[in-house]
Amino acid sequence: MIGLIETENLTKKFGDLVAVDDVTLRVNDGEVFGFLGPNGAGKTTTVRMLCCLISKTSGNARVSGYDIADKDDSLKIRKIIGLVPDNVGLTEHLTAYDNLDIYGKIYDCSDSQRKESIKRFLDMLGLWDKRNVLAGTFSKGMKQKLAIARALIHDPEVLFMDEPTANLDPESAKTVREFILELKKEKKTIFLNTHNLDEAQKICDKIAILNTKLRAMGTPDYLEQAVKGRKTVITLEQTNNKILNAISKLSLKNLEHQNHTLSFDVADPDSENWKVVEAVVLAGGHVTTVDVVGSTLEDVYLKLVRESA
Amino acid sequence: MRLSKAWLVASRDFKVFKRQKNIWYSIIVFPIIISVLFPTILEYAGQRSRGALPAANLPNLLNSFSFFIVIGAAFIPLGIASYSIVGEKIEKSLEPLLATPLTDEEILLGKAIAALLPTLVAMYAGAAVFMVGVDAVTFGKLGYNYFPNWTFGVLLLVLVPVAVVMSVLYSVIISSRVNDVRSASSYGILIFLPFMAIYLASEIRIISLDINGILIIAAILSAIDIALYFLSTAAFQREEILTKWK
Repeated sequence: MIGLIETENLTKKFGDLVAVDDVTLRVNDGEVFGFLGPNGAGKTTTVRMLCCLISKTSGNARVSGYDIADKDDSLKIRKIIGLVPDNVGLTEHLTAYDNLDIYGKIYDCSDSQRKESIKRFLDMLGLWDKRNVLAGTFSKGMKQKLAIARALIHDPEVLFMDEPTANLDPESAKTVREFILELKKEKKTIFLNTHNLDEAQKICDKIAILNTKLRAMGTPDYLEQAVKGRKTVITLEQTNNKILNAISKLSLKNLEHQNHTLSFDVADPDSENWKVVEAVVLAGGHVTTVDVVGSTLEDVYLKLVRESA
Repeated sequence: MRLSKAWLVASRDFKVFKRQKNIWYSIIVFPIIISVLFPTILEYAGQRSRGALPAANLPNLLNSFSFFIVIGAAFIPLGIASYSIVGEKIEKSLEPLLATPLTDEEILLGKAIAALLPTLVAMYAGAAVFMVGVDAVTFGKLGYNYFPNWTFGVLLLVLVPVAVVMSVLYSVIISSRVNDVRSASSYGILIFLPFMAIYLASEIRIISLDINGILIIAAILSAIDIALYFLSTAAFQREEILTKWK
């Protein structure tokens, strides 16, 4: 499968400072791609290179087959992408409607297309009633939603979103996340910069962890499994020899027994834990809780970021 | 470069200006001063001096007053262009605009049109009122309408646009180096220096503000405009704006 966004050894230097180092990645059509990394990791710089806003220092990158380094292609790329920058960048002295309308005109949308798209997105985001209100008077959440609508006005092939829920209150962040999930249902390709792990896990099909260099890439599940160290912790009402004998026959790794708690290493909790629970129950035990602890996406992220620091 | 796209950028700015009283004031104040104040001064001076303002001296005086149209034309774009670019920097609204299929040149031209058109309209309107007002108060002394005349025509149609372009380009360069509208305006004041120098030179008879003199000044300023154009286009590039602008 050819990726809609492909980079190969993409590098950006500002003088002696290496902002993005040797990044190779692929985002497929219809995929929501999460780009995770701490502040200063190079996420925004990568997005700016892919949106043809700044030049690359070395390496290659293509968006929908167009080369980001080619001047003619860069115009074509900017036609088929939408960008929600980290600062929403609305024209505060224009109404919500005018903010969208001018961008529709820039993208050569017809009058009817513009009217239809503006109505559709403002309705979806709950802003239609505020269409004639100046954008400068909007709350942060409303501004973010309007910025997303602006980026979608021309129905782009790829939507780049740079930390769209940063600095939003939980309710606004939830609305924005739900909207991104709506777009995901419509098979819109989304390149999502975030340092919100929970958000990435809930929304993204694929995640890359960046800290100047690309540290890992894969599905959220794959990344969780990539770092060993997950444990299953089972709490019982009480333990006895019959239960411990039954468990020992399962050849669990690093099995430990303390008070009424059993813990052991687990690679695939979904397929392994039920066997242990079944053995406990057949041995007459009563299971109180079953927890998987250790390597969540957060663990993976922190491990990789700390290793690279 | 597509003019229609540059016009879109300009029309967006016009919509913003409509809601910005400060910009309105900066556009209308100078033309009002020139068109109302100078004829009033002439009328007042004529009444007070009782003939001490001889008709023979009037043309020189009127030519000097006329040059303030050029100074006004250099002044007005400072406020507009500073707001138009620094204002966008403050609102961070340039990045999404730069991510559209507009070229840097189209955006820059749009910004220039947004500063240039209101200035020309305001100054030409002010000049029309100025001509009518001056003629009304000087006709009795001169026995003829001094305006319109060829010298003033060349000044309006050649020197004023050159001055406006200079001011716009200079504002773009200044705007790329400062973070607020006030600083942009403060640095922008420097644009007055060459025009005040020309005015003073004409007053002490080093240069003459006749048709030839105006054309020579316009040619020199056009050369400066060309240099400023290259400097401003170098400053107004996507990567510069996003990574080096303050």
